[in-house]
Amino acid sequence: MRTPSMKALRGLAITVVALFFSLPIVWMFAAAFKTNVQVTDPSIGLIFKPTLDNFKAVIADDRILPSMVNSLIVGVTSTALSAIIAVPAAWAVGRFRMHRAGSLVLVARIVPAISLLVPWYYLFAQAGLVGSYTVLILSHMFVSVPLILWIMIGFFEGLPIELEEAARVDGLTAFGAFRRIALPLAAPGTATAAVLAFVASWNNFMFALILSDEHTMTVPVALFSFISYAGTDWGGLMAASTVMTIPVVVVAVLAQKHLVAGLTAGATKG
Amino acid sequence: MALTIEQSNRRLKWAMLTPALLFVGAMIIFPLLFTLNLSTTDAFGAVNAGAKHIGLQNFADAFSDSRRFWPAVWRTIGFTVGAVALETVFGLALAMLMRRAFRGIRWVRTVLIIPLLATPVAIGILWLLILDPTNGIANHLLGTLGIPPQEFLGSVSGSLPTLVLIDVWQWTPMMTLLLLAGLSTLSEEPEEAASMDGANAWQRFRYVVLPMLGPTLTTALVLRAVDGLKTFDIIYATKGAGGGSSFEAETLNVYAYGLTFDYQEYGLAAAVLVIFTLFIIGVVVLLRRRSA
Repeated sequence: MRTPSMKALRGLAITVVALFFSLPIVWMFAAAFKTNVQVTDPSIGLIFKPTLDNFKAVIADDRILPSMVNSLIVGVTSTALSAIIAVPAAWAVGRFRMHRAGSLVLVARIVPAISLLVPWYYLFAQAGLVGSYTVLILSHMFVSVPLILWIMIGFFEGLPIELEEAARVDGLTAFGAFRRIALPLAAPGTATAAVLAFVASWNNFMFALILSDEHTMTVPVALFSFISYAGTDWGGLMAASTVMTIPVVVVAVLAQKHLVAGLTAGATKG
Repeated sequence: MALTIEQSNRRLKWAMLTPALLFVGAMIIFPLLFTLNLSTTDAFGAVNAGAKHIGLQNFADAFSDSRRFWPAVWRTIGFTVGAVALETVFGLALAMLMRRAFRGIRWVRTVLIIPLLATPVAIGILWLLILDPTNGIANHLLGTLGIPPQEFLGSVSGSLPTLVLIDVWQWTPMMTLLLLAGLSTLSEEPEEAASMDGANAWQRFRYVVLPMLGPTLTTALVLRAVDGLKTFDIIYATKGAGGGSSFEAETLNVYAYGLTFDYQEYGLAAAVLVIFTLFIIGVVVLLRRRSA
């Protein structure tokens, strides 16, 4: 029975939930525009005279902006390289039903990253590579290759095989069918997978904490160093966090449907 | 002689798969074997110092360590069970709430994705500000409700429960989205039939929807449990090395991290990691078997 009062109750419950999940982020954005006196006065809510001083401090800081450049370099490179090796592999797994090979992806999902970080560090340190972009990119690819594989296997399986079969009849090779038919059709899936892989790299903390140095430090590590050395500069911390989070919010608003599909890929297959 | 289509297909599929398999294999299997070997050595200090094999001594040391190892095991279990249980209950409730479309569902979904994609370190710092015992908004709000101020992350006993709540905030949306995806694949007929037979809303949920949702629920539980056991970023960002000065939030992940990178106890750290990895695999196998 759907009575109007039940509908209103449902609307109220959903509103409360939406506020619960969004208010902390709103609080972060608000704190970024507060002076350090205002930030530590909880009686000042969301109505105050905003200042841009925190953002000026972030721009002037000698760690935050360079770390953003580092995060971009590592994120873009690791995502692109991962897509190049993972998308064709996902097509092969999906089209030729090579699920045993595909299950290696699951292993990568289960094994704790730290149990790989220790040997990586041990080996990379002996090779004198710790602190290089190469090591950071390789370690981030360990996350993004399985992630892209996972999303794209499901995506290729969802594409109608008839189009590729028709292309084969018309004389394309199997690889031609992949390159000219499947790949263009899979562009939305690839874009989603690439965005999620980039976000994973952008957010990665544990690998970069160990494998980067002061010149290659990524944003989460730079933020973390802010807590340790300037624990009370909440405005600055929140401004830096805001700058980091805004791109994610924009992507979430523009592409929520695709992102939900990517995040939940494979969940309903059991 | 020209290759048959079968043969050329076989070559093609392996050619496309090999780079990814080699990469994942080289980055996982080799390091795992390396860790396994390292766990039987006394590697310590400089990474090129050399080490000798000492059998299973590191494992014996870990299992007999009731100061750091066992507390870390129990914290890992407590954190994961607490967080995943709450996320399952809230996630399921929210998924049922959002199951039928409503005006603004797009925006609620957007709000739900943001905690999932936001940087965990930034999330940790944000909650440090919100939950600051003297200047945080959380205690201010509790105060207006007449509830005395809490220490949250500032106290030894409050740290782990507070981290569970932060994890619930960040990851309940994942549970909800996974379960919504599962709900959207269910056929409506069994529910309509139950409704005709006079089942009320709770009975329809408990005896019709929930059993049909079983496989998705298992997948979601496995995913969340694995990630929960491995939680590192928010713990390290809010509590620092060792999970705080009396190790109050030190889970296995944080412990193994400290052993390696703060104490350079590579051999013992590797043994803890082997135990940790086997433990996670055990949990996955157990959860999957129970559902089968």
